[in-house]
Amino acid sequence: MDILQIVLVGIIASILYIVLKDINSSMAFFLIIVTGIIIFLSIIEQVAIIFNLIETLGRNANVSGLYMETILKIIGIAYIAELGASLTKEAGLSAVAKNIELAGKIFIILLAVPIITAVIEAIISFLPT
Amino acid sequence: MFTDASILFQIAGIGIIVALIHTILKQMGKEEIAQFATLIGFIIVLVLVINGLSDLFNQIKSVFLF
Repeated sequence: MDILQIVLVGIIASILYIVLKDINSSMAFFLIIVTGIIIFLSIIEQVAIIFNLIETLGRNANVSGLYMETILKIIGIAYIAELGASLTKEAGLSAVAKNIELAGKIFIILLAVPIITAVIEAIISFLPT
Repeated sequence: MFTDASILFQIAGIGIIVALIHTILKQMGKEEIAQFATLIGFIIVLVLVINGLSDLFNQIKSVFLF
């Protein structure tokens, strides 16, 4: 599903949204959710291809698996938080969208904690004490 | 199921038909049946969307090693 189809789905959805908004507003919001799902489903294969490339490069450069996995999880959290935040913002609940984004950031920081500790320990080990 | 845009037209169609049924039933004076019809249409589309969401989240789980 290349970029042309994705743009087409977006345009069709916006037209149908305008038609449905006055007739049946709850269906219009369902339409937005389904469009988000279609677009996210179509790009998830490409993301998987990119990840395989990153993993093979990481393995060649013998970067430890922990970091690769954490990077993958961080990107996944950002991916889902973005979906949730944009959908709730579209529904008019901008406060809830901000909360979702904040939660996403906190989970990402949570995942980064072991890496930060590893970096700090490495730095401390260099310091002449 | 979510590979093309046909699902968008299905949802739009259901929305319009449910709204039509609602107005027709309201003119006929059957208020509560009109509410039921709208509710049933809403539930049908809700099930459709939830199936899509579960597909998406299963794929995300498999790709992002959650």
